[in-house]
Amino acid sequence: MTEDGREYAYFLGCITPNRYPGIEAATKKVFKEFGIETKEMVGASCCPAPGVFGSFDLHTWLPVAARNLAIAEEMELEIYVTCNGCYGSLQEADHLLKTHPHIKERVNKILAKFGREYKGTTKVNHSIVILHDVIGLDRLKEKIKKPLDDVNVAVHYGCHFLKPREVRGHGSSETPYILEDLIRVTGAKDVDYKDKLMCCGAGGGNRTADTPQSLEWTRQKLVNAIMAGCDCMVHPCAFCHLQLDRGQAEMNKAFGTSFNFPILFATQFIGLAMGYSQEELGLDIQTSTMPEKLLK
Amino acid sequence: MGTLYEDIVAYGGEVFGEEHMETLKACVQCGKCTGGCPSGRNTALRTRKLMQMALLDLREEIFNAPELWFCTTCFTCYERCPKGVKTTDIIRTIRNLAAKEGHMSVPHRMIGVYVLKTGHAVPIGPDQMKLREKVGLASQPPTTQHPDNKDQLEQVRTIFKSTNYDVMIDFDWDTMNLRGMEKKEGKK
Ligand code: SF4
Ligand code: SF4
Repeated sequence: MTEDGREYAYFLGCITPNRYPGIEAATKKVFKEFGIETKEMVGASCCPAPGVFGSFDLHTWLPVAARNLAIAEEMELEIYVTCNGCYGSLQEADHLLKTHPHIKERVNKILAKFGREYKGTTKVNHSIVILHDVIGLDRLKEKIKKPLDDVNVAVHYGCHFLKPREVRGHGSSETPYILEDLIRVTGAKDVDYKDKLMCCGAGGGNRTADTPQSLEWTRQKLVNAIMAGCDCMVHPCAFCHLQLDRGQAEMNKAFGTSFNFPILFATQFIGLAMGYSQEELGLDIQTSTMPEKLLK
Repeated sequence: MGTLYEDIVAYGGEVFGEEHMETLKACVQCGKCTGGCPSGRNTALRTRKLMQMALLDLREEIFNAPELWFCTTCFTCYERCPKGVKTTDIIRTIRNLAAKEGHMSVPHRMIGVYVLKTGHAVPIGPDQMKLREKVGLASQPPTTQHPDNKDQLEQVRTIFKSTNYDVMIDFDWDTMNLRGMEKKEGKK
């Protein structure tokens, strides 16, 4: 336990550790600054993706998610995530298993085959909620060394952080505030733009079903942010990061565009304001590049 | 096999509870779901129409509609439906039923192959291991894909076998690939 008694199991999922390790490094570094310790979840798997495996077979999706939850329960820790897909799956599965005893019983019959059990003793937290509610805006503000005063930010929430509301519990899905608060604490400005709450286009197997079509959503999203005068986009989801960042290379190839619009996960953005270099945050090992304005 | 509505309530009900799925009957065809659907701007997906097709028992038509797979499960319609129809979960359940009857594309089936092989839908490769080291992380996290955790990966496989997911995607345990896909190995 750390001095303020906070220790979490970090549920990594797939995209964060296997495609954007900068998100993992940035989150661990920023959390550590506030005495929050991260423990690895040995044997964790894909969450599994809620829109994807949820679309193919919900009866498989649920026990795989329950197994991941059981690992954290065995560690006697709450979970944090850096992907809305992971949040979507694990929090929704936890909610369903806690509210439907007969479903829990059926799932536990499967987990019993290898000696595991879902009990309902952990909690699934999103990393940006830990920033906002556990660390808090005041403590965050104290650690801002390089205020990002003249930076205009397009906030992108992704879908499964806010919705469905009955599971997520972050208030209105039409007027959210958590990311906006986190942006303002760095001195930057969150700018409203057309269809700010629109999906990135990747989820639900859509990216796999028809990649160019899914990129068209992304293209609209980025054009809207650029038209509103934004310098970068900040979000809470590794899967959105893949679509918004690597998607730019894919769009430039497929549509002949020349996008290079900076995409940052929330802890990467805050990490810059706390004085970390882009190399320490893994912002130099992705598709979109960071402008001087963010690195000064 | 009952009507499509009955199947939706039965199959989805085992995960979400039957009451959740029964909201489908409350649809009044107002079209608010379609109005706010970001997919509908770019594709033939019409959420209102899907709900109506489900209620009219148009099983083959809905299972064969390519746009069934163009919903990103963004939950916009789910939050906005004035009648509380659990649209997104109904769509996911219809997809489950379609997949069970063989309506599943090869790229979608391949996602299952990656999970059966590594426990991850997006597995790591040598290049990404180097990127991890560059930001000061271990080259591989201790998840199911780590060579030390074969027993953990086996647990995930056990779940997939217990629900017949491997059969659904026609997975061949000898080649660890989709049946008939062996020749394409190495292209990915
Ligand atoms: S918004 Fe609800 S009631 Fe209206 S058409 Fe869509 S599902 Fe039916
Ligand atoms: S959940 Fe699917 S159908 Fe509903 S608004 Fe989003 S993309 Fe459209």
